[in-house]
Amino acid sequence: MNTKSLWTNERTRGLIFQILLVVGIAVFFAFIISNTITNLEKAGLASGYSFLGDTASFDINQRLIEYSSTSTYGRAIIVGGLNTIVIAILGILAATVIGFVAGILRLSKNYLISRLVTIYVEFVRNVPVLLQIIFWWVILLSLPKVRNSLSIGDSIFLNNRGIRLPSANFYEGSVLVFSALIFALIVIYFIKRWSQKRQAKTGKIFPFGYTALGLIIFLPALTFLLADQPIDFNVPTRGRFNLKGGFNVTPELVALWLALSTYTAAFISEIVRSGILSVSSGQREAASALGLKPSLIMRKIILPQALRVIIPPLTSQYLNLTKNSSLAVAIGYQDIVSIGDTVLNQSGQALEVISIFMIFYLTLSLITSAFMNWYNKRIELVER
Amino acid sequence: MTRDNNSHSDKANPGIKPPPANTVGIIGWIRKNLLGGWVNTLLTIISIYILWLALPPLFDWALLNADFSGSSGKECTTNGACWAWLDQRINQFFYGFYPPESYWRVNLSLILLLPALAYILFENLPYSKYGRWFALSYPIISALLLLGGAGLEVVTTDKFGGFMLNLVAGLAGIILSLPIGIVLALGRRSKLPLIRMFSIAFIEIIRGVPLITLLFVAVIIVQLFLPPGVSLDQLVRVMIMITIFASAYMAEVIRGGLQAIPNGQYEAAQAVGLGYWRSMRLVILPQALKISIPGIVNTFIGLFKDTTLVIIIGLFDILGQARLLQTNPDWMGKVDHETFLLAALFFFIICFSMSRYSINLEKRLDTTNK
Amino acid sequence: MNENSAVIEISALNKWFGNFHVLRDINLSISQGERIVICGPSGSGKSTLIRCINRLEEHQEGRIVVEGNELTHDLKNIDAVRREVGMVFQSFNLFPHLNVLDNCTLALIWVRKMPKLEAESLAMEYLERVKIPEQARKFPGQLSGGQQQRVAIARSLCMRPKIMLFDEPTSALDPEMIKEVLDVMVDLADTGMTMLVVTHEMGFASQVADRIIFMDEGLIVEQNTPEEFFNNPKSDRTKLFLSQILSH
Repeated sequence: MNTKSLWTNERTRGLIFQILLVVGIAVFFAFIISNTITNLEKAGLASGYSFLGDTASFDINQRLIEYSSTSTYGRAIIVGGLNTIVIAILGILAATVIGFVAGILRLSKNYLISRLVTIYVEFVRNVPVLLQIIFWWVILLSLPKVRNSLSIGDSIFLNNRGIRLPSANFYEGSVLVFSALIFALIVIYFIKRWSQKRQAKTGKIFPFGYTALGLIIFLPALTFLLADQPIDFNVPTRGRFNLKGGFNVTPELVALWLALSTYTAAFISEIVRSGILSVSSGQREAASALGLKPSLIMRKIILPQALRVIIPPLTSQYLNLTKNSSLAVAIGYQDIVSIGDTVLNQSGQALEVISIFMIFYLTLSLITSAFMNWYNKRIELVER
Repeated sequence: MTRDNNSHSDKANPGIKPPPANTVGIIGWIRKNLLGGWVNTLLTIISIYILWLALPPLFDWALLNADFSGSSGKECTTNGACWAWLDQRINQFFYGFYPPESYWRVNLSLILLLPALAYILFENLPYSKYGRWFALSYPIISALLLLGGAGLEVVTTDKFGGFMLNLVAGLAGIILSLPIGIVLALGRRSKLPLIRMFSIAFIEIIRGVPLITLLFVAVIIVQLFLPPGVSLDQLVRVMIMITIFASAYMAEVIRGGLQAIPNGQYEAAQAVGLGYWRSMRLVILPQALKISIPGIVNTFIGLFKDTTLVIIIGLFDILGQARLLQTNPDWMGKVDHETFLLAALFFFIICFSMSRYSINLEKRLDTTNK
Repeated sequence: MNENSAVIEISALNKWFGNFHVLRDINLSISQGERIVICGPSGSGKSTLIRCINRLEEHQEGRIVVEGNELTHDLKNIDAVRREVGMVFQSFNLFPHLNVLDNCTLALIWVRKMPKLEAESLAMEYLERVKIPEQARKFPGQLSGGQQQRVAIARSLCMRPKIMLFDEPTSALDPEMIKEVLDVMVDLADTGMTMLVVTHEMGFASQVADRIIFMDEGLIVEQNTPEEFFNNPKSDRTKLFLSQILSH
């Protein structure tokens, strides 16, 4: 075989392409790795992750786990990772609620409200989220000083150090209240099973929603009273110079939360809207013709079909929100990137710190896409 | 089959009459869209209340009670907006620190963008042959205009700033990412396992991490990767990372376009004896790219908004200019809302109009494909 | 026609879409067990008319009384009417996320509050009547158009309606599937069901209809027995329509 026919043979050509790619990548990596080693040697930096055991010697004011300035870099980064997860969960909850409400309102027959919501959606999603984060932060920082805090019903205080909310005190017996809550959930689960069985057998429909709601409120409330009110709220009050009691949420967290949730909600509302619109009007008509009531049509016909369309893009919006939370670094909310940045500046271990960022976010992405694959498999409509 | 043989019937059948007055016209519209049922009426009342709460004060603040002149924030004494800074600073918002005597170069390269885009997007324009060449050479022309050289005074990239920086970073990112995105998309669909695996890994890793980590790489790590003594311009490093970032998203958009091409097209291209590359270039890609345009526009909108992230690594784009002014002692505390509003409007106008364009295009493509 | 046994009574019905007058002064009385075929060119208002009968469309003027319930804004009456009236659509409108059996039992369980087993055996009974009991566990997406439409008929029949409305039930079907659906409809007619069928299938009309109604531009132009209608049409428009529809 001469060289020309080698080239025209599809398989050998494919092989050559792949070898070229591998060689190219290998050369590229060899090049940057050797450069990096020389550069690091010149700067006198050791590589490797052993620096994670060194003392961090900086403070973090929002922490879910024990941490002080004598803790290690590794622990600081874990605190940051947890803070990222906190803002992600808070943001996802709020964005979902706002997004669904906005999406449904946009479909409202009411011209004014659907227009108003559309204006919100279009404005918010066409303005960079970083601008919105900094905007909310600047607004919160320009609130009055602590001494002149604004108050909402004398129990929530707003000032330039953040928002002071009532905190809860748990006394002896509060365990009972939580147990009652868990007990209520278990009871609800069994009622659900019982009512399904009964309906299958007798056709009678049990008012499950109201019963569940009643139980979940009534049981803990009753225990609360019987156990001599073991929980009370520490409502912040104005002291001479400062606020007493309650707990403080930093302006950074509030700004990040407001911006991320309203921004992502705008996208979610669009997803919800098109998801509901994707269910053809014939479905609603057929269900009405069978005599189903609107609420039942929503629950049994529209939602199950719309959710199939909604959930995949919704999950990727959740992931976007989590990735966007890295913009916290611009206002100093201590998420993983922000704390990592501090660690990076103090230790000089740039490669290692940035690799930790990437692994952290990639793990979240992988988990998300694993969930999506599972979900898509599960809901796939059976078609020929 | 019916229209013309029925046209005589209006006269033949005098049963036609206007609908009841309260179901059509303004009254019908209001009854149907604002007052149908108590929920609807309640929503209308809430909406009107919100509008009444928001609009008049906003109007008062932004215009009626606003200050329009003065040389520092202290001269803004009313409780309305302070627009006095516009006079001195608007240029900086737009051009950053670019030398004022060369603003025309920025303007010219922006104006030239329009015909360049037009020749890419529309097929039946006059002189389209020259137009295509012009469009292809536009990146070089505008780079020359902006950076100088070849007779023009050289402007270093640290002078780039303001909205122009957002535009340059966004446009360059999207243009440069297009070819890389095409290659990655083809790679992901390739039959060759190593090439496919490499493409998937590249795309998924880049899409899995936030842009800010890539910008950190640009600022801190790229320097480590280069041979000692070699350094790259900061903006160039940032541009490289933005391009890499955008190309991963671009690849997914184009992959969607490739998937939408019916198998018959691939088979037909092979049947007439075109090889892989030629069938891609002549048959598949032109169609795939065309249906990808809405997705490409959406990617651009996202990327364009993301260009504001450069302030985190110390560049002064339009948001950076706003921050500069907000922390300037002369204006401190007076111009927060105003500067944010202006920067937001810049983005809103561009992103909103582009998203409308892409929605319309999508609708048009939808109907032509059916 | 005996006025007392009328199950549907429509008088002076007018309906507009915006400014477009779709139904003009419709007067129609249908008695128990009567089988009516409504035909006419597209846009003549025939679909709108039967959609008004179970309130999928709202009318603006006139009265529609079904089994003694007048259709007004009163939701109770609408429910009462929908209990008596089943409907089959051109595009089947089966619920794609439920299998055939669940499609049929959904309303039995949630509207008729029927025990599941009972609902399922009833559904199977009707699936046998439309000759596809073996498809009960399949999903709509796995069935052919004709099978889907037969499921849709079974789904409606499960609710034991007194009146069945058919809105162009065979228009979305490939020619080879039309017959299987029409056969089911002929069987149904033989059971004495009151039926209103919007269709272009003139063979079906002449075979089962007691009365054919021809509509054009929102008006009932002509109504007559099939023999009279086909052999001796009175209006010019009917003649034109018949010549067009029978020519192919």
